Amino acid sequence: MAELTYRDALRSTLIAEMDRDPNVLLLGEDIGLYQGTFRVTADLLARYGPTRVMDTPISELGFVGAAIGMAMLGLRPVVEVMTWNFAFLALDQIINNAAKVRYFSGGQVDVPLVIRGPNGAGVQLSAQHSQSLEATYAHFPGLYVVAPATPSDAAGLLRTAIRGKDPVIFLENAALYGMKGDVPDSDFALPFGAAAIARRGRDATVIAYSRMLHVALAASDQLAKEGIETEVVNLRTLRPLDVGTMVESVARTHHAVVLQEQWKPFGAAAEISMRIYEEAFDQLDAPIERVTGADVPMPYARTLELAAVPHEAAVIEAVKKILGRK
Amino acid sequence: MTGSAGSAGSRTVGTSAPPQLSSDELAAALDWYAKMVLARRFEEEAERQFRRGKIGGYLHVYSGQEAVATGFLSVLRSDDIFFTSYRDHAHALFRGVPPGAVMAELYGKATGVAKGKGGSMHLFDVSRGFYGGYGIVGGHIPLATGAAYALRYRETDRICICFLGDGAMNSGSFHEPVNMAALWGQQKMCPIVYVVENNQYAMGTPVARSSAVTNLAARFAAYDIEAERMDGMDFIEVRRVADRVVRLARENGRPYAVELLTYRFAGHGAADLFQPYRTKDEVAQARKRDPITLLEDRLRAAGGLTDAQVEEISQTAQRTVEDAVRFAEESPPPPPDELYRDVYGTPS
Repeated sequence: MAELTYRDALRSTLIAEMDRDPNVLLLGEDIGLYQGTFRVTADLLARYGPTRVMDTPISELGFVGAAIGMAMLGLRPVVEVMTWNFAFLALDQIINNAAKVRYFSGGQVDVPLVIRGPNGAGVQLSAQHSQSLEATYAHFPGLYVVAPATPSDAAGLLRTAIRGKDPVIFLENAALYGMKGDVPDSDFALPFGAAAIARRGRDATVIAYSRMLHVALAASDQLAKEGIETEVVNLRTLRPLDVGTMVESVARTHHAVVLQEQWKPFGAAAEISMRIYEEAFDQLDAPIERVTGADVPMPYARTLELAAVPHEAAVIEAVKKILGRK
Repeated sequence: MTGSAGSAGSRTVGTSAPPQLSSDELAAALDWYAKMVLARRFEEEAERQFRRGKIGGYLHVYSGQEAVATGFLSVLRSDDIFFTSYRDHAHALFRGVPPGAVMAELYGKATGVAKGKGGSMHLFDVSRGFYGGYGIVGGHIPLATGAAYALRYRETDRICICFLGDGAMNSGSFHEPVNMAALWGQQKMCPIVYVVENNQYAMGTPVARSSAVTNLAARFAAYDIEAERMDGMDFIEVRRVADRVVRLARENGRPYAVELLTYRFAGHGAADLFQPYRTKDEVAQARKRDPITLLEDRLRAAGGLTDAQVEEISQTAQRTVEDAVRFAEESPPPPPDELYRDVYGTPS
């Protein structure tokens, strides 16, 4: 066990997997000479050389597509997208090729590909650079969608992603890169589709992933001071979704709040809520409450931006609402 | 090839007097002539079965362009690989995929090359180095480029061919990967040949209406990729250039490109019945340079083909296609549980 930042948890996992398997290679914009925009790939060019740490042109379609071809030939490329906003340029490659080529070839190829980078709002990056795109990717069969909230999750899920057979949408978060936490030593891997209970509580279940987990935990601390004990579920992966853990928790608390960073319509919280309704409707004592971002493009002004993403006050309010407390 | 790495250029190769055929060439040409005849019969039959409602979806046939794929596939090693677009039936047949398995795929049967889950546009046979037919124009070009890198990364001397159409050259999915291919080629890490099948039309839009520069080979100069432009109807000529270019890609680990001037005898797809974008006379003129007839004439002139052989090859092709149809007709549809297979490699 070692205390690492989220960034170093990712970086040390990349190093361990590259040392373990010569088929693992990295591609992305400014990951080599520049050391990575968020320094996740710092010093890796010097360590592994340009054949395995490939600085690419600003060609998301091109290098994501090329990585799919590499994966089909048995390599294990890990692609960094500088932020997930830029991956829109590669969307056809991700959706029409990576997610589907196994299926339409009748199972003739594996696509062991990881695409990773920060997802979600930053600080005053405005409309084009602040998007949470998990629901977009989680819609498509053939993809895994992973959203680690802690250094330990980041390491364990990245290892599973790199060793898999399928394309993985690996959603990091810029605000979490500096976060510290204990990470188990060597070969620590977390299975996909296995959520964690981040906090135990009897009164209500709060379901979150990525950075929103920490908003949920902060709200829970506040609620505890008022005698309300929430149970917090850290989903870890959205596809597959661990419905079992959510349902078991709801069976204990009979109340649920679902958190998501951005737009409510057709968002992840809608799907998560519906799955709970389908599996555990009889367990619920109140309708599920969704806490989401404002349904607007992200504004630049700090005051407006703060109003556009969920904060612990909104979670506290939602929990109290479903519990009928003031 | 013209020019060095620093001055990539292109040139037009005219149709010159028929060169002498070596004995190796003659034997190969006879073999590939028979394959071209088979592919033509296969495509004619596929269109017939499409009209009968036996084949669904889209159906894009290759008739008229046979000298291109045969020219290049005839010089590939068995461990080399290739990618192509959705006009892919003939490529599969030329690579030795059993015709029954190709026809069964068009029929959506369990015995198809992709278990009936891909259809006409997504033929695949990885065991033969055929990494697929793809349905989004230009979308396979980045895949092929990355695959070529992977071949070198693993320190093999295998190469990759990427077949693409004239229309695909106007997509971003052309420009981004070819730039990367040229960069990777500087490190000898991208042994790929881009084979541009210029059949004159992107669906119904002529090249001159979709590309500001109509010499498509010349456009590769923007990425410092050596390219040439040539007649794509003459198997012997195509094969000679293919042999040279494939050898260069293998030796140098760099990308090369060849633009083949060819013609699509049929419509874009089987639903393109009236073809208002071209005249019947234009098609009739093009058919005068049918690649199969051209090769037949070449072989006859060289004394390598008799009337009796032509007849036998034709009848064999006909029987093979009839067998393929029977196999497809008699094959079962995919079982219901096939619906959920092959979504992930590791079921979760």
